[in-house]
Amino acid sequence: MTPGDELPPLTVPITRTLVIAGAIASRDYQDVHHDAEAARSKGSPDIFMNILTTNGLVGRYVTDRLGPEAVLRKVSIRLGVPSYPGDVLVLTGRILSVNERTIEISVVGTNRLGRHVTGRVVAARPCRARADG
Amino acid sequence: MPEAVPGDVHHLLKPFEGRPAAVSASAADPVNAPMIRHWCEALGDTNPAYAGDDPIAPPTMLQAWTLPGLSPARGGRAPAHDELFTLLDGAGYTAVVATDCEQEYVRPLRPGDEITFDSVIETVSPRKTTRLGAGYFITTAMRLQVAGELVGTHRFRILKYAPAQALAQAPAPAERTTGTIRPRPRPVINRDNAPFWEGVAAHKLLIQRCAACGTLRFPWLPGCGRCGSPEWGTTEASGSGTVHSYVVVHHPPFPAFDPPYAVALVELAEGVRMISSVTGVPHDRVRIGMPVELEFIRVDAEWELPVFRARADRAAGADA
Repeated sequence: MTPGDELPPLTVPITRTLVIAGAIASRDYQDVHHDAEAARSKGSPDIFMNILTTNGLVGRYVTDRLGPEAVLRKVSIRLGVPSYPGDVLVLTGRILSVNERTIEISVVGTNRLGRHVTGRVVAARPCRARADG
Repeated sequence: MPEAVPGDVHHLLKPFEGRPAAVSASAADPVNAPMIRHWCEALGDTNPAYAGDDPIAPPTMLQAWTLPGLSPARGGRAPAHDELFTLLDGAGYTAVVATDCEQEYVRPLRPGDEITFDSVIETVSPRKTTRLGAGYFITTAMRLQVAGELVGTHRFRILKYAPAQALAQAPAPAERTTGTIRPRPRPVINRDNAPFWEGVAAHKLLIQRCAACGTLRFPWLPGCGRCGSPEWGTTEASGSGTVHSYVVVHHPPFPAFDPPYAVALVELAEGVRMISSVTGVPHDRVRIGMPVELEFIRVDAEWELPVFRARADRAAGADA
């Protein structure tokens, strides 16, 4: 694993269930994440995914790719276009830097509207010393 | 009448910077396995570290532990946050969208951890115009502790805005009405270009002319691009020109304009070029080389601009 390496993408269908279950699991009851009528009255064509779910999916993507022994240390994300039910979010990642203890990865998530999320993740590297010793 | 953009209240918001949003607030529940499991189910996260007998909480759940959900917020919430939001709601900035989240995880959270947190309003931006509408970016910084030990930090940015509904609800041009067109953006007028706008007000299109070398220049600048002299005079354009180039704007929409429309680079008879509109023909009839003639049009209640009308004698023939 070296800087510049691309991680295999993760495709996440943005279902209405994911948007709502993600909002409720994150205890975010803002109506724009579960009530389509309320979302429309605020100028949005439909409910849209909340930032906590996006954050969780970015974290999931990195640990899915690095394996369960990798532990997230930092996740910084910026949202771009919304993700609506029916969209497909494709997360891609690139290794930015690697040292003995941590690995830094840039993550981009795109949907049909463009960039939904850009972010950086720092994870503690899986500890291989144990297996060797 | 279209809804006007609410007034700028930044001077009322700025004093909130540095004020606490939460002081020693308590999470509603201790970190617990059921909430971890619900999160993992919702997000499809099958990481075994988050399951089993000794799970850790998914680190990205950090903020979820601090949200009040549907129950009233528990003790420790400071009034500044509510005051700030009440003020913005009252001023018309009623909608909210999260834009940034930066989290650092000092140590994993495990079931039984009882989280307390402090939060401060870091910054309130000047009013920004975004695709969603005009509003203010508010950044808060939170520190989460368990038994007095720092376990994580969370910086969060939201946009609190007045929805530009005409934009957000109008993906199809057919649904748009020209009645929602807002006033044109205003130029920044300063001592380097004020005489140009005075000329426009008097229905004169003034070109700068270097007093040292005589070179004409447009747009207006403090010095001559050819010889560097800061001395200048003006000459009034005859008003004749040709379309040197153009683009047709379809997207993105912008409140003051009604796409599609043509933006032309007009070469004046004097040799300088200026960006302007072409009137008298539809956007899809503008052509390179088309002869045009200066006119002044009123673009909104208070504002006139120099634009260029396609010359009827030539334009009709060109496309017939």
